[in-house]
Amino acid sequence: MTTQIKLPVDQQTVEAFSQRNGEPNWLSSLRLDALAKAVDLPLPKPDKTKIAKWNFTQFANHTVDSTAYGSLEELPESIKSLIDVEKQGNLYIQRNNTPALLTLSEDLKAQGVIFTDILTAAKEHPELVEKYFMTDAVKVDEHKLTALHAALVNGGAFLYVPKNVEIAEPIQAVYVHDHPGAALFNHVLVVADDNSSVTYVESYLATDDVKESVVNIVSEVIAKQNARVVYGAVDNLSAGTTTYVNRRGIAGRDSRIDWALGMMNDGDTISENTTKLIGDNSFGDTKMVVVGRGNQKQNFTTNITHWGKNSEGYILKHGVMKDAASSIFNGIGKIEHGATKANAEQESRVLMLSEKARGDANPILLIDEDDVTAGHAASVGRVDPMQLFYLMSRGISQHEAERLVIHGFLAPVVSKLPIEGVRRQLSEVIERKVQ
Amino acid sequence: MASTLIIKDLHVEIEGKEILKGVNLELDSGKIHVIMGPNGTGKSTLASAIMGHPKFDITKGEVLLNGENVLEMEVDERAQAGLFLAMQYPSEITGVTNADFLRSAINSRREEGQEISLMKFIKELDKNMEFLEMDLNMAQRYLNEGFSGGEKKRNEILQLMMIKPDFGILDEIDSGLDIDALKVVSKGINQMRGEDFGCLIITHYQRLLNYITPDAVHVMMQGRVVKSGGPELAHRLEAEGYDWIKQELGIEDETVGQEA
Ligand SMILES: Nc1ncnc2c1ncn2[C@@H]1O[C@H](COP(=O)(O)OP(=O)(O)O)[C@@H](O)[C@H]1O
Ligand SMILES: [Mg+2]
Repeated sequence: MTTQIKLPVDQQTVEAFSQRNGEPNWLSSLRLDALAKAVDLPLPKPDKTKIAKWNFTQFANHTVDSTAYGSLEELPESIKSLIDVEKQGNLYIQRNNTPALLTLSEDLKAQGVIFTDILTAAKEHPELVEKYFMTDAVKVDEHKLTALHAALVNGGAFLYVPKNVEIAEPIQAVYVHDHPGAALFNHVLVVADDNSSVTYVESYLATDDVKESVVNIVSEVIAKQNARVVYGAVDNLSAGTTTYVNRRGIAGRDSRIDWALGMMNDGDTISENTTKLIGDNSFGDTKMVVVGRGNQKQNFTTNITHWGKNSEGYILKHGVMKDAASSIFNGIGKIEHGATKANAEQESRVLMLSEKARGDANPILLIDEDDVTAGHAASVGRVDPMQLFYLMSRGISQHEAERLVIHGFLAPVVSKLPIEGVRRQLSEVIERKVQ
Repeated sequence: MASTLIIKDLHVEIEGKEILKGVNLELDSGKIHVIMGPNGTGKSTLASAIMGHPKFDITKGEVLLNGENVLEMEVDERAQAGLFLAMQYPSEITGVTNADFLRSAINSRREEGQEISLMKFIKELDKNMEFLEMDLNMAQRYLNEGFSGGEKKRNEILQLMMIKPDFGILDEIDSGLDIDALKVVSKGINQMRGEDFGCLIITHYQRLLNYITPDAVHVMMQGRVVKSGGPELAHRLEAEGYDWIKQELGIEDETVGQEA
């Protein structure tokens, strides 16, 4: 059944928005095409979560204007704490839909690295953006939310690393959601050309002012031959925000994509993370932590699909559920015919902290090739009373003992986040959420 | 400070089955007591019940630490009151480093604002690890995770030495140790020995007692202390086994659940 939902924006609004930005024709027409499709396409069908009644489409404003930050010194403390202000030379900060601060070192500019907000990139680097924007990793017409995303994209970043350029310092982005009426259709596009390497880390932050809102995020990572991309993220959107987030990567021959994802939203969330191991010897690794609380409902589907020979895919997810939160963890390792000597491994662990919490771990292996290796492990359990007894027998209070066990449970993933400030942020968010 | 731990007529059940059937013991600081006995006679149950293991129900009796009934305390309160249990099977805890755990344990005994300084902590930790011939990297490993049996036992003794409780109950601290590890563990226990430290060692081998001379030896069978004596009792058990005690007391099956 497809229920017809009236979208809060029409063709005129989208056209006007595109014109106001001075967007190239390809983007304007892509938006309008997508908008037409969004009306009819069905919602995605995340396995085991019913989302027909979720609000992904109704929001007050498509775009809002927010004040930019003049310099690093002017940043609010909540953002400053994420950034190594002394050292961070490559930083994009977006406030709601407004590009609010951008720095890129002269050195990287000179090497041809591009890092800018997505709408500026569409104008200034149309050939690159047009080539990769929703053409390969995520397609416009997959379902209503990808189409809506393409039609309404109003923020995000573009990062291009030319051939043979290896960037040692992480590139950082911070997306601030602090306007009660702002909807976020954020698109991040990372293209790492042959033999390049880069680390990109993003944080989504929200303030309590955001009551009911819609966020629709698509990230695309293109790792070309022998490229290496590390993608870190901490999502921390507000309780009233319904989020659709889809992060996908395409790995070429000999390339490698690592994801470290801290899924800390307080609202209902559908998250998809997919790595397509197209090239021979490609490598994909997803590490994800989740803390669910309140009444929030979430679905985390992680997929690594192998086409390349000798390709390796690893998924590790740890989730903590408290209160009446409920989460589905779907892990899919798929090996296509011809991907000989591929290896697909996955592990999902869910720790339940209350009677009412729900957690479901579903490991799925789909294998169309004989000459491969694969494995999975999944568990849903409670804090082990023997562990608590052990810790408490050393004088540690029950509360502190539980805290240690929970942090310890999440640590293997938290420790993988590539920026100290973001790692600290994630630890602090976890601390707050599990209290 | 001298302290006493008195166990009075302790009865303990698990899942409705009575395991301890009236244990009486008196321990003083400055002394090392040993409980021996074959498998399945209730030794670990006694140790766990004193510390407050959640699975055991105390149906009767008292455990008094300096006159205070510890059975009314939470597990962490018992530890803070001065009890320590080296467990037969220590838990593994992912993501919590040995060092962080030890610092939390030490600080749990201190007032807020009076926490041990990092420098002092590290100095003490290094000193004790060296004394126990442990690889210093083990401080940064996750608590007991992937430790060998011997490493776990050493780690229990390390905790004992760092926490310095009034009473240490050591449950099978010697099992699974090779001779070198046994010597190291004994060295740790002997180091703790002193006026302010009382110890209850649970073992079913006498070989540990080649390195630690006990002040008193008790034998447990059928969930009770059935015989007590000095170090000579351990030697006789080593030479003759347990059968003579069973004969003396008319016991056929020494394990819990069998009535005399
Ligand atoms: N967790 C438990 N659940 C059920 N029975 C137990 C448990 N722990 C101990 N027991 C029973 O209690 C009895 C004594 O065990 P234990 O105290 O471990 O003996 P010991 O340490 O002397 O070998 C045994 O019969 C054992 O089966
Ligand atoms: Mg035992």
